[in-house]
Amino acid sequence: MDTQTTTQTFSLALELKPKRPYFTPFNIITVPVILLGVVLVVMRFALGLGSVTNLSQDFPWGLWIGFDVLVGIAFAGGSYVISFMYYILGKKVYHPIVRVTVLNGFLSYSFYAGALVLDLGRPWNAFNFLIGNEFGVASVMFMVAWHFFLYTLLLLVEFVPAVAEWIGAKRLWKTVNWVNLVAVVLGITIALGHQSGVGGLFLLAKAKIHPLWYSPLIPLLFLVSSMFAGLCMVIFEGSITSRAFRARLSDEMSSTHDSIVVNLAKVSTGIIAVYLVLKVFDLFRGNTWGLLATPFGAWYLLEVVGFVVIPGVLFFSGARKESLPVIKAAAVMAMVGIFINRFNFVFIAYNWTEPVRYYPSWMEIVVTLTVIFTELWVYRWVINRMPVISERPRWAREHGQDRDNNKLSQAV
Amino acid sequence: MNRRTFLKTMGIGSGILLGAGPRIIHAGEPLPDAATVLVDTTRCIGCRLCEEACAQANSLPAPDLSDLTVFDRKRSTSEAALTVVNRYTIEDAEIHVKTQCMHCSDAACVSSCLVNALKKEKEGPISWHTNCMGCRYCMVACPFDGPKFEYHSAAPRILKCTFCYATRLVKGQKPACVEACPMEALSFGTRSEMLQEARSRIANAPDAYVSHIYGEHEVGGTSWIYLSPVPFDRIGFRTDLGTTPYPVLTKGYLKTVHGIDLIVPPLLFGLAYLSRRKHDKDKD
Repeated sequence: MDTQTTTQTFSLALELKPKRPYFTPFNIITVPVILLGVVLVVMRFALGLGSVTNLSQDFPWGLWIGFDVLVGIAFAGGSYVISFMYYILGKKVYHPIVRVTVLNGFLSYSFYAGALVLDLGRPWNAFNFLIGNEFGVASVMFMVAWHFFLYTLLLLVEFVPAVAEWIGAKRLWKTVNWVNLVAVVLGITIALGHQSGVGGLFLLAKAKIHPLWYSPLIPLLFLVSSMFAGLCMVIFEGSITSRAFRARLSDEMSSTHDSIVVNLAKVSTGIIAVYLVLKVFDLFRGNTWGLLATPFGAWYLLEVVGFVVIPGVLFFSGARKESLPVIKAAAVMAMVGIFINRFNFVFIAYNWTEPVRYYPSWMEIVVTLTVIFTELWVYRWVINRMPVISERPRWAREHGQDRDNNKLSQAV
Repeated sequence: MNRRTFLKTMGIGSGILLGAGPRIIHAGEPLPDAATVLVDTTRCIGCRLCEEACAQANSLPAPDLSDLTVFDRKRSTSEAALTVVNRYTIEDAEIHVKTQCMHCSDAACVSSCLVNALKKEKEGPISWHTNCMGCRYCMVACPFDGPKFEYHSAAPRILKCTFCYATRLVKGQKPACVEACPMEALSFGTRSEMLQEARSRIANAPDAYVSHIYGEHEVGGTSWIYLSPVPFDRIGFRTDLGTTPYPVLTKGYLKTVHGIDLIVPPLLFGLAYLSRRKHDKDKD
């Protein structure tokens, strides 16, 4: 057990110091990429988006919106699904992963939704929707922007107890714990709005998105897919974290990890089944069956069968056999499916009649990697210091027992 | 004062002027006195003087009118050319089609903007304003690909046909392109005048036109309307856009989200309470 989680004294100078050797494979790979990415970001702001990206008048959105925002937000869906199962449905089995999921959600929103600023042509106006002289209330983007902003704040509130335990701030800890359930309830509500909302943006792109993907159901499809996308990310991230930070895992975490993964696989199977029912219903609704025999139909089938149906089946059998490798393979495949799906809306099935296609430039890819790597650096920094996957300090655990029993009667 | 002169010139009723409360008009129905241009493609000879006038009016690089190779392929408007004329050869006849922002009556771009940087002026034109954050959602939303973005600028703007609103219309002048057209292929007036004019041209020469005014009903109506001698899909128009205004596509969804924001929190509190009670009972 690490000493700084059990000790009551807190030294900022000590905490800021690196905890690992400088030359690890992770550092050797990520540092040059991040440095190059910073140069490209400077270039992008000095010379315009065209100097770094392959965006065009026909493809105004590319990798940065497609990956950083759409995929990143879907993968952050775990934070509201796990919060729902743990706090609302009272599934205590998820207790060890609630905090790490909230941390992941918070960092995802800060970095991936934050990366939106890189894509804005006039970022100095980025907060006009909050403080602005004008509110575009008829815009789905307006709703999504507000929901992003509020959700990030709520996730921060949900994570403050971990910070309080780290710095030993008992009073802050008590205050924040009291409002925790309110933050959870509002957070889940708001997640429903913006997870569907990032799909709702494309309702206006009726003239541009291939009819196999365009549907009035886009918001619902985005919402449901964000649920299993989020859980897949929890599985994927959990298997990496539990290996990379093995020394820090609490006893509770390491003893329950496998059974949690099996549970998540069961839930994912159910959500994927719902998603597939919606997808088939949508084919009837749009009567787009005939289009399946076209090249775009083949691409659609690859997405839906190859990267939703098959992972769904793997989840089902993996959960029954309690086979972690099968479940992890399913999670990775379903995540690839989310990439394909979101990229379809942004640039593959978007303006599909356009002969000149968009593909990301190497510089767009480097900047995207920079965003991911920077997020991982912050994640590692937090995991190595705060009680996220590690044991909480004793005072918090003892108090936590009472709190768990009394909190609802206090809050409701 | 200038605006007033313009409105008088246009014969726009003083009722709208007096009721000048909201600056943004999310019009359901197209206004009969909205500023409108009728483009008669049977009259256009492809001289591109409209392109030149447009470039001058908007301080953009002047096009080379002597370069006839521009007609070799279909061009789109861009951040450097807010209107372009394309040539279609249909059964040995050359048809020229001027394109620009259509200034929809109930526009996708206006509803898409989260900070109302694209605004529908009272008189009908849609103008861009500098509080824009450059998210380019309007470009995704517009079914006519009207808005264009300056990708090579550190302070990029969204550019599209301005209808010469601030520079000419408010002074009671016609848009620069309309004034420059030597063939009277472009006519400027109120929407009802222009529709009437279009209908009488079709009625007077039914063999010269297809019996359709593009923009009368498309996406709920546009402020640039077109006449054509051949079906519109043969001269580069999309005929699959329907007659529903685009903002309708998101209205129902946004209402649902507002409903969710109100109904879901009490439901979740209730559910949390119930699961807690069950948990306590199981313990006993």
